[in-house]
Amino acid sequence: MTLYDWLLFLHVLSAFVLVGALTALWGLVLSTRPSAPMLAAEEAMRFGRIAGPLVGVGTMGTLVFGIWLALDVDRYHIWDAWIVAALVLWAVAGGTGARAGKAFAVGGREAGVRLQAVNTVAVLAILVLMIWKPGA
Amino acid sequence: MSVLAAIRGSSVNFPLFLHVLGAMLLVGTLLAVATALALSWRRQWTAAGLTRFGLLALPVGVVPAYILMRIGAQWTESREHLPQPVVDATWLGIGYLTADAGAVVILIAVVLALIGLRKLRSGGGTRLASAAGVLSVLLLATYVVTVWAMTTKPD
Repeated sequence: MTLYDWLLFLHVLSAFVLVGALTALWGLVLSTRPSAPMLAAEEAMRFGRIAGPLVGVGTMGTLVFGIWLALDVDRYHIWDAWIVAALVLWAVAGGTGARAGKAFAVGGREAGVRLQAVNTVAVLAILVLMIWKPGA
Repeated sequence: MSVLAAIRGSSVNFPLFLHVLGAMLLVGTLLAVATALALSWRRQWTAAGLTRFGLLALPVGVVPAYILMRIGAQWTESREHLPQPVVDATWLGIGYLTADAGAVVILIAVVLALIGLRKLRSGGGTRLASAAGVLSVLLLATYVVTVWAMTTKPD
């Protein structure tokens, strides 16, 4: 395997960890609805303590290996519009994700859900950019 | 091979997006199942909410995600008009093998989960939950290999 192969694999694997952990967290949100909670608060906290940090691992991994890829591959440049747009969206996703985690931790469910929704939309927009690569 | 696969028409993008999104949701829902059941197992299955959540996520989350991933894969392939060497390539073979064998394992896990959910009401079902959890972990490991094959595209 070449360096490019490794970087691409680790970049995509990080994206799977990020979206996978986000999906698991949405499952947690749905299963702790105040109207029909399936999980006790303590159970939800235990689950969140695993899925939450995985979002951070995936977020950091996509950034580090993504930038490394952009530097390694001749046909892409870090200043390409679609890569810059992805970096801006990454910052939005990272910021809202961290704030969502803090909001959920102090019991601010409504704010947490709102921030997690923004985080998810930003991550999906990044996925769209990675597939369409507009301007590349 | 990677270069061949990297050159694709714009009509492939949407089906590919659905395929990748479905695969990511599949991994995410399996992660939720494995995490919830592992946490419950560590507490000697006293966390009934986590067991129910883990088992319910199989039919409600894993199955729709798998269908989205599989439809996206077939749609992508039909739009790409891949040359024969790519059709016969190992990476595509690994993708089909893990998808189709994965469907059988998912089906078994869903049946175990549905029976387990019924038995949970009478205080049983923990062995079925264990089996479903183990199958979810196996599927997750298999899909990591699939992600490797789909991205590095070995001949």
